[in-house]
This record gives sequence, structure tokens and C-alpha cells, in this order.
Amino acid sequence: MHELALLIAAGIASGTPLLLAGLGLLLNERAGVVNLGAEGLMLIAAVTGFGLAFYTGQTWLALLGGATAAALFSALLGWMVVYLNTNQYASGLALSLFGAGISAFVGAALVGKKLEINQTEGLSFLADLPFVGPALFQQHPMVYLAVALCLGMVLFLYHSKSGRLLRGIGESPASAHALGFPVRRIRWISVVVGGFFCGLAGAYLSVVYAPLWVEGMVAGRGWIALALTVFATWRPWRVLVGAYLFGSVTMLQLHLQAIGIEIPTQFMSMLPYLATILVLAMISRNPSWIRANMPASLGKPFHPG
Amino acid sequence: MIVLEKRQHPSLWMGYLSPLLSIALTFVVAAMVVSAMGKDPLRVLSLFTLEPLNGKRAIGEVMLKATPLILCSLGLAFCFRSNVWNIGAEGQFLLGAIGAGGMAMWLTETGLTEPGWLWVTQALLLGALAGAAWAAITAWLRDRAHANEILVSLMLVYVANLLLSYLVFGPWKDPKGWNFPQTLRFADSLSIGRLGAGMRVHWGFVVALISAGAMVWLMYFTALGARLRVGGLAPGAARFAGFSSRESLWTVLLCSGAFAGLAGAMEVLGPMGQLTPHVSTGYGFTAIIVAFVARLHPLACVLASFLLSIMMIGGELAQSRVGLPASVSSMFQGVLLMMLLTFDSLIQYRIKWRGRPSKELAKHA
Repeated sequence: MHELALLIAAGIASGTPLLLAGLGLLLNERAGVVNLGAEGLMLIAAVTGFGLAFYTGQTWLALLGGATAAALFSALLGWMVVYLNTNQYASGLALSLFGAGISAFVGAALVGKKLEINQTEGLSFLADLPFVGPALFQQHPMVYLAVALCLGMVLFLYHSKSGRLLRGIGESPASAHALGFPVRRIRWISVVVGGFFCGLAGAYLSVVYAPLWVEGMVAGRGWIALALTVFATWRPWRVLVGAYLFGSVTMLQLHLQAIGIEIPTQFMSMLPYLATILVLAMISRNPSWIRANMPASLGKPFHPG
Repeated sequence: MIVLEKRQHPSLWMGYLSPLLSIALTFVVAAMVVSAMGKDPLRVLSLFTLEPLNGKRAIGEVMLKATPLILCSLGLAFCFRSNVWNIGAEGQFLLGAIGAGGMAMWLTETGLTEPGWLWVTQALLLGALAGAAWAAITAWLRDRAHANEILVSLMLVYVANLLLSYLVFGPWKDPKGWNFPQTLRFADSLSIGRLGAGMRVHWGFVVALISAGAMVWLMYFTALGARLRVGGLAPGAARFAGFSSRESLWTVLLCSGAFAGLAGAMEVLGPMGQLTPHVSTGYGFTAIIVAFVARLHPLACVLASFLLSIMMIGGELAQSRVGLPASVSSMFQGVLLMMLLTFDSLIQYRIKWRGRPSKELAKHA
């Protein structure tokens, strides 16, 4: 039983960066912008966060700083795709390549450094419960913050005026423009906020989860988070479920090894990527269902007048 | 307020000017970063421009690195033209390396090494096939399950990397190799011949140039190429002309997979001579930048490959001579692509200065 509790806990911890990034990307996509720069943004945030944590020792400052760095670069991407109407795929890809380069460049001096940070205490009164305690309540506060942000995203998108406006812009920017709403400004803001979320995810990885800095340490999580928004048919709660499931898949490899199943580590490490491909193929099989859920203007630039 | 105004016709001038401006500005940014790190920017600038072209050996290296870039970018440009976003050339490259490397390893072990040219040709073909097969997974999932090709092709890069790592750390590891993760060295007859003494560049470079010519012919002088180009620009029109997007999806993905696979095969049978985890130094990703800098034109891909090859070598020199991190070149590659896309928007739009309409005017309007 205890084994299972630990597996659940590990799945949630490793799913949290996917959840955070997935929520940010969901916000972008709901406004009609695909952000292929997620991987790069997470790397930039991871290196910034780790650097801040290493030199100041402040976890929260590191998380916030990392997220802010990602938001800044996301603002640049947003300016390109929203105001200059550059190709969203190419621009995002450029940001991912750039993020991989600059993070490795900046982080060269940080490789192999260790953080002196006291780790998690969890929620004290619930942490001692049998099974549930170790499974759910002994996590870093960021894990709970991510759940809260998911709730916040639901409230924002479905129960607030601005959230409905944002979804409306994703469906039909031309009508929103005709009604006098600043379509491009709102899209740009959504890209910045989405970048901030991706940044939280990246900084969480290097500061809390790992905690260390290695070149390319995000290891495709930005791309998996992008796939998650499709699996979730652009619904926040489904992003949460998907993120934890994928987190568990990542963790499964360690546990299978512990049980004594002999599979080469490389094949185990392939699991999250293969699972992404498999689920993507299964979900996408029904194109009319995807089309019914997908924001109608996704990936299309909007140029008023 | 600065606003963008759509041009009546795309600007021909900006089309040529934009890559030049981006390259120039990338150098400015690079100089700023380098000075901020306390290095002499002029010295680093010369490492990125003059040094890689200094002497026969150095030029051979530029051609050597340009070879995989030309091949990969030809395929990618083909894909992007038809609106198929294959960004997994890196994975297709690795599969080509695995295919050709595996065959060369087996041949060396069994002693079937003569005649070398015949086996080399077959190993190269096998590499191209392996690359095409890897790309076929993306095409198949896109065709059958409508799975997004960007995500699938990229996920397959990670899988290919792990597969290569499994092989060289596991079953293919050279038993006499002091436990290094690499295969045995292939027999000498199983390497691609060099173009000249004192240079490492091999005949693969010529093959890459011929491929570029073939792509020009295919894209601009055949009906198939015309249909593919129309399919990318106006999918509706192409369907009307009886050419399905399925057909173009398979054509471009298989073709670009084969090119990338061939590039990977040449890398192991050319300069490497054995399979290691470091067959690629990111050629498949750099090729994406090449394709965009080249405006997706096959001949321009050759020029842009030289440019990016010089940048890659400049990065290596900057690491060994002035101690900059190795990633300096991939960072500047990213800057270059972002600059290029930004300037490219000026092909379709022009910058206009427009005063904000005053409240008074707005009332009357």
C-alpha cells in the first residue's frame, strides 16, 4: 500500500510542471494563439530560477524570477505573432531553439551546483493521515498552488466576463473586433500570462523538483504540455487529470525497476514520448470532435482593418 | 503610434533584404553579448567569419558540416512549402545513422568489406530508407489518426535519441572498446571517399549539391512540384485540381525523411567511421533555420547551409579559443531565426507612422 501511495505522490509531483505549462498554453490557445515556444520558455525559466535560488537561497524569489523571465520572452513572441503577424509555428519554434541555446549558454556555470534549500513540509495536519497523507499531502506548496491555479483558470474562463471575452476572441476575433474589443491587446496579454505559467513550470523543475540545472533538462515537457491541451480538448480540469497521468507514466519506470522488471532504461525513458504519440493519435482520430472543441481561430493571425 | 499597413503587393526588396538585415543584426547582438562577457568582440567576430574560411582544411570543414544541413534543409523546405510541419528531421537523421551504422558494423564483423563502394552505396540507401520509415510514422499517424505532425515528429526525436543510446550502450557496444558507448570502428573500405587530400569533406557533399539541383527540377519543372506548391499556398485550389493533401503529405514526409536519413548515414560512414551517441550536433534542428533563411528555396538552402555551417564552426572555435560556452552558436542561431521572422513581416506589411486619433476627431467620425 505504501508503495502505491508513494507512486501517486511521485506522479503528482512530476505531473505538476505539465499542469502548470498546460494551463498557460490552454490560456494562449483559448485566445487563438499556439505557443510552440513553451519548451524554450521552460528552459529559460529553469535556468533563471536555478540561478536565483543558487545565489539568493530564496525559493519563492527563484520561482517568481524564473516565471518573469519566461513572461518577458513570451511577450516578445506575443509581439511578433500578434502585432507583426509572423507565422505562429515558425516563431514559436524559433523561441524554442533560442531558449535551448540561451539557457545552455547562461547555465554553463551552474551545471553541477547544488541548492541549499530546505525541502517540503507538506500540509502538516493532513500529512500524517494513513495512505492519503503520503500520497497527497506531503508535497511542495507549488503542487497545491498549481491545483489552485487550475481552479482559478476554470473560474476565469467560464465564470468571468473577461474570460468569456477571451474565449470569444479565440472563436471569432473578427466579431470581437467589430464589437470594439482590443483583440490584439488581449491576445498579447494572454501570451504573456501563458508564458508566465510555462515559466512557473520550468522554475519548479529546476528549483523544486530536480533540484539542479542540466542543459536541456526540460526534456520535451513543453511539447508534452502542448499535446496535453489537445488531449484535454481545451478544458482546464482535463489538463489536470492528463498532467497527473503523464506524471505517473514518467514515474512508472522507476517503480518497475524497483519491482525487478528488467527493461533497458532507454526503453523506459521512451514511455512518456510514446504515450504522448499514442494518446494524441487516439484522441485525434475523431476530427469532428476535435474541431468542435478547438478554438476556431487557433493559429490564425488577426489583422484589424 | 507605429502601425503596420498591409502592402498591396509583397515587397520584392524586403524579400532579399530581410535575411541580410537579420544576419547583420545577429552579429550586432552577438557582439553585445560577447563584450558583456568580457571578451573581445572583434576577435570573436573573426572566429565566426574569417577563421572558418582560413585555408583549405578549414574550408573543407565548412563543406563537411554543410553537407547534412543541405540534405536536411532540402527536405524540410519541401515539407514547409506544402504546409507539413515536420520538425523531426533530427530523429530521421539519427535513424539514418543507425541504419547505415548498423549495416557497416555487421559488414565489418563478418568481413564482407569488398567491394567497398558497393556496400557503402547500399548502406547509404538503407540509411535513407530508415529515415523515410521514421518519417512514415509521422505521415501515417497524421493521415490515419489526424495526429498533429509537429508534436509527433518532435516526440520521435526523443525516441530516436533513446534508441541510439540503447544500441550503443547495449547490444552494439564494441566489446573491445574499453566500455565506451560506441560501436567498433568500421573497416576502412566502408567509408565514403574524400574529395581531396588534407580535407575531411567527402563525396557526400557532391551528392548534397546534386540533390539540391534535383529538388529545383522537381519543384519548378515538374507537374508534381507545381501541384505541391499550390497545395501549400492554396489547399482548396489543389483539391480542385484533383491533387489530394494526403498524397502531398506522404510525398513530402517520405522525401524529407529519406534526405535526413541519407545525411545521417553519410555522417557515420564519412567523418565518424563508427556509431556513437554524438552522431548529430543538432543538424536536424539547425536545418529548420537553414530552410527559413533560404526562403524554402532549394538552391538558397545550399547558401544558407554554408552560412549556418560557418556559424556552427565559429561556435566551436569560440569555445576552444576564447572559452565561450559551446551553446553560443545555437543561441545565435535562435536569434537569427527570430530576427528573420520579424523582418519578414515587412515583406507583407509596411511600417506607417499614424498619430492617435484625438478624442475630438473620434466624436465627429
